[in-house]
Amino acid sequence: MKYVLMFVETEEFAKEFDAMTPDERQRAYQRVYQWFDDHRDKIRGGSKLQEPSTATTVRLDGGAPMTTDGPFMEGKEVVSGFTEIDVADLDEALRMVKTWPGCPVVEIRPVLEL
Amino acid sequence: MNTEEELARVVRDHAGRLAGSLVSLLGDFSAAEDLVQDAVEIALRRWPVEGIPDRPDAWLFTVARRRGLDVLRRQQNYRAKLQQLHWPVQPEPDDRLRLIFTCCHPALAREAQIALTLRVVCGLTTAQIAAAFLASESAVAQRITRAKRKITDAGIPYRIPQDDELPERLDEVLTVIYLLFNEGYLSSTAERVHSRDLVDDAEWLTALLYGLLPNEPEVGGLLALIRMHRARTAARFTPTGELVLLEDQDRTRWDHTAISDATSLLTRTARRHHAPGPYQLQAAIAACHSEAATWAETDWEQILVLYNMLLMLQPTPVTRMHRAVAVSYVHGPGSALAELDELSAELDAYPLFHATQAQLLRELGRDGEAHAADERAAALTTNPAQLGLLQERLAH
Repeated sequence: MKYVLMFVETEEFAKEFDAMTPDERQRAYQRVYQWFDDHRDKIRGGSKLQEPSTATTVRLDGGAPMTTDGPFMEGKEVVSGFTEIDVADLDEALRMVKTWPGCPVVEIRPVLEL
Repeated sequence: MNTEEELARVVRDHAGRLAGSLVSLLGDFSAAEDLVQDAVEIALRRWPVEGIPDRPDAWLFTVARRRGLDVLRRQQNYRAKLQQLHWPVQPEPDDRLRLIFTCCHPALAREAQIALTLRVVCGLTTAQIAAAFLASESAVAQRITRAKRKITDAGIPYRIPQDDELPERLDEVLTVIYLLFNEGYLSSTAERVHSRDLVDDAEWLTALLYGLLPNEPEVGGLLALIRMHRARTAARFTPTGELVLLEDQDRTRWDHTAISDATSLLTRTARRHHAPGPYQLQAAIAACHSEAATWAETDWEQILVLYNMLLMLQPTPVTRMHRAVAVSYVHGPGSALAELDELSAELDAYPLFHATQAQLLRELGRDGEAHAADERAAALTTNPAQLGLLQERLAH
């Protein structure tokens, strides 16, 4: 089954990350690269996203489309990236996500296969 | 044994087994489960009239299969599989373990896990579950439908977790059963003796799990805990249905054979494993109470040691609150009250917290404050038996 993993950052995580020395940051990136490499046979692409401050949201449910600055949900937790994986079932996705060394929250969503 | 109880027992013995086989066969949890539920509902309508058949398992199987051929007409592959299936179904290893782990998958909401386990593993109907939880039938039905949809759509597997996942997943299962037990135990009153006995279902599920996973000490611990409590059932209510606290129970009315059986189960479990888990510790605490001939002879020092161990594994405010009662007998009500005070913010909405506080205040002669705490407990509780007891206290 295909799932999309949505990586969610919290304010606290961002603060900790900013407080890291260049070396620590390098090691943190290294752990993430290693994770992608360990699971490369299951990963079908994805991207890291730019800051939520770069987001633009368009609402289409109120008559005329309304364009606003910022992510659709203003909050302390923001989606910071995503990746699509292809695994046997939810348990395999869970197993993978439990070793994720990056941001503190990951949402697993099955892909609707048409 | 009345007919209703016998029906429940027979259905429970066979429904989950049938569900397990059909899920394996069809590879579709939701469709298979619907067939079993239909068969159970038909059985509950017909068996009281026609009598329970000699082979209830074959009967349920035949009805479910026929329903399947009928209902799943459009799904050719299901039909083909069902057509090839004949009684007796191959005696395979008990599939109910897979069924339990799927129903209690951590990706499902707690309430959904409970409802699904009751329906799929124990063979309860949606109406029976709704009655047991004082919920509306449509709410329970919706909960079950959503959970089944999630199992299919999110790819929740139908399998026994791998070794490295087992402790965590088993924990989840035991939590579900423990909640079920608590719900049944605390809500049981004399007026509700005719409603479904969830305590019975909880014991049955734990015994099933114990048979399937005999080397898991916490399963044995939970089974001993449930049996230890059930052994006191006869003394828990007055003839007119009022709750009797452990302190005031007539201990000669306890089932002492059941107590000694539960104690040896606990001893056997403990002997084979080091470092007891939370259910074993709770069972051991219950055993201390059960072994005391009178309330005054209770070994509070031993109970306090067990609570200290439990607190290390389970540092929750509720555990600390129960521990405070043991503290009051070992170190006096003053120290116990001081410990309770530290919990007042976290447990302010918990009726038992205020009732415990009241008890300690009364022992310290602070009657006015005790009365206020009892009033607060009475205002918070939704349990009729507890309310009755509190009102009686307030009247004196």
